[in-house]
Amino acid sequence: MTKNSYIESYCTIKNGVVSLNGTSLFSEATPEFSAFIKQAAKQLDTNYPKFYKMDNLSKLAFLAADILLKNANLSSEKEHNIALLFSNRASSLDTDRKHQNTISDPDNYYPSPSLFVYTLPNICLGEISIKHKLLSENSFFIFERFNANHLHLNSRYLLNNNKAEKTLCGWVDLDENHYEAFLYLVGENGTINHNTEEITRLYKSP
Amino acid sequence: MSNLKQELKENIIELLNLEEFSVEDINDNDALFGDGLGLDSIDALELMVMLDKDYGIKLTDPKEGKEIFQSIAVLAEYIEKNRTK
Repeated sequence: MTKNSYIESYCTIKNGVVSLNGTSLFSEATPEFSAFIKQAAKQLDTNYPKFYKMDNLSKLAFLAADILLKNANLSSEKEHNIALLFSNRASSLDTDRKHQNTISDPDNYYPSPSLFVYTLPNICLGEISIKHKLLSENSFFIFERFNANHLHLNSRYLLNNNKAEKTLCGWVDLDENHYEAFLYLVGENGTINHNTEEITRLYKSP
Repeated sequence: MSNLKQELKENIIELLNLEEFSVEDINDNDALFGDGLGLDSIDALELMVMLDKDYGIKLTDPKEGKEIFQSIAVLAEYIEKNRTK
């Protein structure tokens, strides 16, 4: 059965600005991603000590998802079946390089366990699921560039087949100080039609 | 010994990204795991790497780690007795 679905909300984090539904929530001009995301998390009341232990890709994905899921005012009484469909270009390359640096010198070979556990891009989905108690479907795709059609088709499949009540989809790409997050929540309520044109329009909006 | 305890507190806060703690917040006898600093199993592995890298102590038995990582005081005492660098 085909269901009507809408983009209920969207969050972007890029160029030193965190915004929700096109409205800026936080901005900081620092070129350093680590300093930027730490300040953003504090300013936006993330209140989650484990955030500071995450790698940079997980911090980026976690903050964008946390903003959207808190904004959705979901009841804490019941379990929410919100599937996660994320994508990016650089996979976990940023953390992979840091891990490589800890094992490249045979005379100084001390691989860091807390770094190694983040050498897969989909770990960020686990971080979000733990915080928001999601026991739902999740996938992380690697593409050369943002692929609205693929995300749209997967999201429609999950919603139409009752595999999920909502989907949280998008793009979280990070490599050193280059970062870009665009996540959107799809469900039965909203005013923005869920189709590739609208997804692309929101992704490209400043 | 007190210098070592201070050094351990500083290193643990930085190494384990304990953003909400300062050296003054950690008492020598506070539990590192559970209700104390709330460290987890990955943190335990990271502490084992720190012992090897900074003090030349290789732990091979995980049960040994459970006893050594009880508190800063217990950890400092173990390092004093077993360090090779």
